[in-house]
Amino acid sequence: MRNGPVRVQARQLEIGYENEAIVSGIDLELQAGQALALVGINGSGKSTLLKTVVGLLSARRGELQVLGAQAGSLRGQIAYLAQFHTSGFLLPLQAMDVVRMGRFSVHGLLGRMTREDDDLVKWAMRTMGVEHLADQPLRLLSGGQQQRVYLAQVLARRADLIVLDEPTAGLDAAGREVYLQAIQAERERGAAVIAATHDIQEAAQCDGVMLLARRVVACGAPDQVLTPETLLEAFGIVMTLRDQHLSLAVMEHEHGHDHNHQDHDEEHEHVVRHQH
Amino acid sequence: MDFFITPFTSNDFMLRALAAGALVSIACALVGTFVVLRGLAFIGDALAHGVLPGIAIAILLGVPGWIGAAAGSLVMIGGISLITNRSRLSSDTAIGLLFVGMLALGVVIVSRSNAFAGDLVRVLFGEMLGISNDMLIAQLILTIVVAIVAWICARPFLLLSFSPEQAQVAGFSARRYHSIMLMLIALTVIVSFQTVGTLLVFGMLIAPAGAAALIARRIGMMMLLAAAFGSLAVYVGLLASYHFNIAAGASIVLVTTLIFFVVFTVQNLRWQRQPRAELSTP
Repeated sequence: MRNGPVRVQARQLEIGYENEAIVSGIDLELQAGQALALVGINGSGKSTLLKTVVGLLSARRGELQVLGAQAGSLRGQIAYLAQFHTSGFLLPLQAMDVVRMGRFSVHGLLGRMTREDDDLVKWAMRTMGVEHLADQPLRLLSGGQQQRVYLAQVLARRADLIVLDEPTAGLDAAGREVYLQAIQAERERGAAVIAATHDIQEAAQCDGVMLLARRVVACGAPDQVLTPETLLEAFGIVMTLRDQHLSLAVMEHEHGHDHNHQDHDEEHEHVVRHQH
Repeated sequence: MDFFITPFTSNDFMLRALAAGALVSIACALVGTFVVLRGLAFIGDALAHGVLPGIAIAILLGVPGWIGAAAGSLVMIGGISLITNRSRLSSDTAIGLLFVGMLALGVVIVSRSNAFAGDLVRVLFGEMLGISNDMLIAQLILTIVVAIVAWICARPFLLLSFSPEQAQVAGFSARRYHSIMLMLIALTVIVSFQTVGTLLVFGMLIAPAGAAALIARRIGMMMLLAAAFGSLAVYVGLLASYHFNIAAGASIVLVTTLIFFVVFTVQNLRWQRQPRAELSTP
């Protein structure tokens, strides 16, 4: 494990909404260059934890330090990819305009964009493989291409902490590979990464995994957390051998949560296939 | 050419109307762009109508109408914020509630006095052909203020249109800049109602920006197109009003609506003839 500056530190953290606790007793420490994957079914608390880290929600109890300060007090220094975006169908924006938005927090209201910003925007688009789409209207891009553009916006921020809510949603295999390489490069630069994901393979490449099910089922190194026992506890698992592929079908359990929050209403099955 | 130019060169009131209309078009283009992109048309409509009781009370008290309109706007925005923040109701419900409540209050006040007959028509439809130099200067100041605020807040406004959460995380308070946006809409309504009326200023906020949104590729281009469409509508509307003796304000808004449908039709025909190009990603 690395021994860089601590980017995120939580002690007995309780997250949730005004009248409802979602997850309690969260302890975590994330250092520069480390990556933490949040894994769990929809409504398990992944998005709620991410929103608490970036300051969109307040911690209900416990301590949460982000980039050395109280969570929420350092807005503008975190790169965040939300799970849902305003539809790109109406907004008259070119792909490059969206990526440039990643630099707004650096310059505030009136600070001038410099040549360095332009270079960073081009670099981020090139890294995500969308440089050739720079002057294309966002509304003409496919869902996967839009997701690459949003990820380029995150890269362009060059933040010390990158928080991603389902970053590979809508990406094809090539897009996922591009994303994984980009995130690896960000970690080598010193950025810490927290990502909510349904992709167990992606989670297995992180330094740490937190398995959530409206409580912390397990937290630690991937090989300790992503075990049949913990996955069974969090999801319910059926393993079958089918067509030379080991299928790991993760069926959702009921966890007694209400379905009012927007991150509760997506697909309810995770499937990971490994070459046998 | 006389048909197109003489009405404005030989009549000062027409020239003033054209200048005021162009200024309203520019202010409404800057504000209307974000109204359309953020889906705030309903609150724009509600503000345009909800200022009525404020104006009516101002007339009763003998103070300038814009002071009443400003007070009415503050009550609307404050009420909507209160209900949205302190209940689980959507902002649509809060806006609708304040909208009908304020409109009803305005009608109640107006119905208690006969003194409002002419004033009410002026409030609703403006007096494009009776614009004074003072009103023109007020409109010019408003347009400059709106342009300065829109320029200063361009980044948070853009981020808000993209994703309020992204705006917040980027360090721009979503609540603060949403409030500033509402204030800008209110300010535009307050000053513009004296020239084009409360009903028509809403049309100028929505129709030109809506037409521009159909074809613009960037926000700045959308604002320019909206201002151009609005100004064109003012010119054509005033010309029609002069030659065919029809209401100027209503003619202008009718032309803006026609422009929208022309752009909409042309755009749809183009899309049908040119199938969407495939954009490949390596």
